[in-house]
This record gives sequence, C-alpha cells and structure tokens, in this order.
Amino acid sequence: MTAAATVPRQLIPRSDADRAAFKRDLAAVVPHLRAFARGLCGRPDMADDLVQETMLKAWAAQDRFEPGTSMRAWTFVILRNIYLTDMRRNRFRGEYDELVAERILVEPAGQEAPLHLADLHNALLSLPPERREALLLVGAGGFSYEEAAEICGCAVGTIKSRVGRARAALSQMIEAGGVPDADRKGKEAHAAIMDELDMVAAGDGLTEHLR
Amino acid sequence: MAVHGKGRPGGGRKPEWAQGLKKLYDSVVEEPLPDDLAALLARLDEEGKK
Repeated sequence: MTAAATVPRQLIPRSDADRAAFKRDLAAVVPHLRAFARGLCGRPDMADDLVQETMLKAWAAQDRFEPGTSMRAWTFVILRNIYLTDMRRNRFRGEYDELVAERILVEPAGQEAPLHLADLHNALLSLPPERREALLLVGAGGFSYEEAAEICGCAVGTIKSRVGRARAALSQMIEAGGVPDADRKGKEAHAAIMDELDMVAAGDGLTEHLR
Repeated sequence: MAVHGKGRPGGGRKPEWAQGLKKLYDSVVEEPLPDDLAALLARLDEEGKK
C-alpha cells in the first residue's frame, strides 16, 4: 500500500485553471441539480433555491472536490444535505400549496401523455422521502446502486430495498389506479412525508464529508 | 419479483411508468437555465478571477 493511500487527502488550493474547470463542470451539472431538487421537493421555486445554495456551497468547498470524480454525485450530496437541513429547520413545513402543486403537476407535461406524467409526478411526491430520493437517483438520474448509496450515505442493500419499495408503490398506484389526488391528498401526503423525513434525518441523516 | 442487478439497476421487466420517470427528470434537465441561476454562475466566474 502506498503512503498516498493511507494519508488523508490534503486540501490543495486550486489554480485559476482548476477553478475555471471546476466552474465549467459545475455549470454542466446544474440542470441535473434542478431535476433532482424538483423531484425531491416538488416545487420549482424551492428547487431552484436549493440549487442556488448548492452552487454556492459547492463553489466554497471546491478544494474538497477530487478532480476526476463525479461532479454530479458530489453536488447531489451537497444538495441533499441542504434539503434535509432545511426540512429539519421547518423551512418547507406547512408550505404545501395546492395551487402550486397543481401547476407543478401540469408543468412537466410533455406532448405525448401529460396526464400520465402528472399522475406519475403526483405519485412520486407521495412516496416517503428516502424512497423517493432513491428512486430519483437510480430510476431517473441513472446512478448505480453503489453511487446512490454513496450519495445517501447508506448501505447498498438499503438503497436496493428503498428502490424496490418505491417501484412497488408506484406500480401499485399507477397501474392499479391508486394515484393520490393532488387536491385532496396532497396535504396528507405532505404531512406523512414530513413525519418520515424526521426519521430519515435522524437515521441516515446527512453525509458527513460535505457538511 | 425484485430485480437485483450488480450495480447498474434495471434488466427486468420495466413498468410503463419507469420511462415516464426518466422523462420527468429529463424534462427538467432540458429546460433553459433560469436567469438567476445563470447570473449566479457568472458571479462565481468573477469570484474565481479575484
């Protein structure tokens, strides 16, 4: 084993070129950050606030980014940590807005099957947060189970289980026609999510290396 | 039946909504960047030149 493998990684000040490269990489993942954030919190305005905070935090912490590793995974960890922290500080609590929710459900509508996507989005938002984020990372973001586990700071088996449960729940909701109604059940789902979020935050919580 | 791939998920029969999930994500990825985020990126750039 080499000495380099056992010595903790040093924070090496970045050159101007490094910073430019970092900024370029960061810019490239911003659309993905927006997609992940929107999937997590369900509201475009809040999602973009999360992205802004993530960009600032990532920029400030850029010395801790290892060139050659995944900027997307690295920034997703930051965004997730900000999201969980904000949620625990009640920032989003009680802010479920039916009108906004209604708008969100229509917004991502594509030209092919808007109703289907709206239902899907609604169903996604009704999932417990830890399952929702696992499914977002693996099923939408294209991360491997290992990468998703790294981002969420939990075991690979846990991610597999969460994804499996999320898939089963979505399949049941969508294929069996049990998608929650945005108007009636949105608040209930939101309350349930808030409850479960406390559990997530207390359990797997924040990934330490980027706090 | 649960699908347990080695690392890269998928492989089994995918429900219809699975593609929709990706489409939802991609629809946001493909949106034009909002002005405030673009402005923030520009500010970061300036900060980097200090």
